[in-house]
Amino acid sequence: MDRVPVLKLGDILIVSIQIDLQDQSVLALQEDLADKVVATGARGVIIDITAVEIVDSFIGRMLATIAAISRMLDAETVVVGMRPAVAITLVELGLSLGGVRTALNLEKGVALLKHLEAPRITTAAR
Amino acid sequence: MTTPTELPINGNNDVVLVRQHVRTAAVDVGLSLVDQTKVVTAASELARNALVYAGGGRVRVEIVQNGLRKGLRLTFSDEGPGIPDIEQALVDGWTTGGGLGLGLSGSRRLVDEFDLKSAPGEGTLITVTKWAR
Repeated sequence: MDRVPVLKLGDILIVSIQIDLQDQSVLALQEDLADKVVATGARGVIIDITAVEIVDSFIGRMLATIAAISRMLDAETVVVGMRPAVAITLVELGLSLGGVRTALNLEKGVALLKHLEAPRITTAAR
Repeated sequence: MTTPTELPINGNNDVVLVRQHVRTAAVDVGLSLVDQTKVVTAASELARNALVYAGGGRVRVEIVQNGLRKGLRLTFSDEGPGIPDIEQALVDGWTTGGGLGLGLSGSRRLVDEFDLKSAPGEGTLITVTKWAR
């Protein structure tokens, strides 16, 4: 079984999925990430799916579960790099990933997490 | 790839192999990128269903022709417990396997033709077709 590496950058954990995920790898990633969020005290998790050609209901549910678990462990999750064809397919499949934040790319994902980190400052600035 | 291929679905890694094979066939047929993604996603759902609900099965991948139109046809079969109530099984959110209940209903929306034959004790046969535009 392939394992997906989890990288740490400041208080953000970054996961870039580069392989065609089998279900066991998906479950392992879920556990690895939960452990790492606690071990590092990370405030944000970015999951990069730029290289992912399909997201089916299993992988979609994994993304939503990771977001929910991280939130419980005081970290926000952003899924970045979704391909247009994947978005179209997911919506048609019936999975709109309501609880998952997304950003178009890694850079915007990092910016979104920084924005979430300082909600009071940004509210005051509006 | 003009001859039909039959692939086994006996483990998680087979689901990945089915996806990869269906992707190659979808490219051969000339499906658009969005349609490739839809049919591969449907194949992933149906292959996993065969694994989860029937303990395994197989899929036949073939290129079909209707006049000048080419299409990709996938036939999933298993000798599992079968589906007692097909109408209910096709309702969004209905599941007996602890999933999201989108496998069957969602796959049906992702393809052009969807045919499901099943009876308790007689396994399940699902045929889906996606036509090139």
